[in-house]
Amino acid sequence: MASLTNRSKVVVNKKMTFWERLYLPAIFGGMAITLKHFFRKSNTVRYPEVKRPFSPVYRGLHVLKRDENGAERCTACGLCAVACPAEAITMEAEERKKDEKHLYREEKYAAVYEINMLRCIFCGLCEEACPKEAIFLTDRLVPSELEREDFIYGKDKLVELLDQRIDVSKRQVKTY
Amino acid sequence: MILEKTIFILIIFSITLLIATYLTYFERKVAAFLQDRLGPDRAGPFGILQPLADAGKMFFKEDFIPAESVKLLFILGPGIAMFTACMTGAVIPWGDQLQLFGRTIDLQIADVDIGILYVVGFVSIGVYGIMIGGWSSNNKYSLFGAIRASSQMISYELAMGLSLIAIVMLTGSLSVREIVEQQAGVWNVFYQPLGFLIFFICALAECNRAPFDLPECETELIGGYHTEYSSMKLGFFLFAEYINMFISAAVIATVYFGGYHFPFMHSLGLSENVVSILGILVLFLKIFLFIFIFMWIRWTLPRFRYDQLMHLGWKILIPLAILNMMGTGGFILLSN
Repeated sequence: MASLTNRSKVVVNKKMTFWERLYLPAIFGGMAITLKHFFRKSNTVRYPEVKRPFSPVYRGLHVLKRDENGAERCTACGLCAVACPAEAITMEAEERKKDEKHLYREEKYAAVYEINMLRCIFCGLCEEACPKEAIFLTDRLVPSELEREDFIYGKDKLVELLDQRIDVSKRQVKTY
Repeated sequence: MILEKTIFILIIFSITLLIATYLTYFERKVAAFLQDRLGPDRAGPFGILQPLADAGKMFFKEDFIPAESVKLLFILGPGIAMFTACMTGAVIPWGDQLQLFGRTIDLQIADVDIGILYVVGFVSIGVYGIMIGGWSSNNKYSLFGAIRASSQMISYELAMGLSLIAIVMLTGSLSVREIVEQQAGVWNVFYQPLGFLIFFICALAECNRAPFDLPECETELIGGYHTEYSSMKLGFFLFAEYINMFISAAVIATVYFGGYHFPFMHSLGLSENVVSILGILVLFLKIFLFIFIFMWIRWTLPRFRYDQLMHLGWKILIPLAILNMMGTGGFILLSN
């Protein structure tokens, strides 16, 4: 039967020659190989100082976007929570008051919005489900913590700050 | 005179400890470079303070003694390992004589007339530390490590001694100083290439270094004889290994590579003291070269299987060493 991959090798259990049984030439051969690596450039990336470039569509820490006037886009429809395969998202909705128009774009908003970063698998389905373009995954990383509770991110960590808007243009490939 | 010796002993002792400390750093760097990595580089520039950080960590770890162990022997084990490792350096001539303050100082702690025998003797006591430590832990893995260590050391000491006998026959003396002095012209390695190879392999085995690190055997024995050890007791065992490595590199350099001799040392027209100091530096250069080769081998070769180890020791190295000894004897007989 012809082999499928042509990578198979016939094993031969042949007797070793004297030169091979001497073992030392093989040792010197191996040492020559490791010495070659001694002078090769190392592959290490010195992480905190040097960072590897991220893919443009990297899926990291989420952001809850504001619109161009600074009002939160999220309307607490709950589609992201339904879409989430890891059930990491919970939220509580509330009605917008009259004097809160500059804070929330829609008439209903999320009073509480929490993502458990230990449950999240960073699949990006929440982003895909969102009808309001409110939630995006960014190229930021979730930092390490000592307590489990600290991984439940509330609105204080998720909503972007007014003076530090987060660029998600790379991920906005959908056109409406 | 006594003060002079005391100061010299202190200097040698602290140099030995310092070098052993930095060998841990050196080993990790060599390993990293051979594997296309960088190695420790966080503590200080180029990670130069890494050994201090390691030592600090070792001191602050919990010092645990298993309940079922033999406590006295458990504590004695690392002590013996460390003691024997430090003692061997006493007979090695670190350089020629120095003329200081109108006195002639021998750069050797003790010029024992049976120096080589002393070295071999202390190396074989070294196995007691491992044996006692492994046995008193009351742990299967430790015991296996200890048994392997002792049988390995006994097997390889024979070939080591036999290859040294050929050197002793050539020199006609057991004194290490005498052996070095006779290498002023031609180094012993050119008379005894086979003997050197056997001695080098045995030195690797005596230091429990890869490919002969069966007593430790991380994958099979979880650390072997020091499985139950923690804190600075573990530190002592590991430290003793590095001192042993330094000392055996020094012995190889003195016995086979001319010690502090270097080519044309007396035709340069320099004063005696300068030549002596250059000699010390040359000796240390040779030692570091051998240490590098030790590490290079460790990060190249996989570990031997136990039966292969015994086969190599008893069926290959010992007959070769005997052959080498007889050949040397015949050569001496003919040349007379």
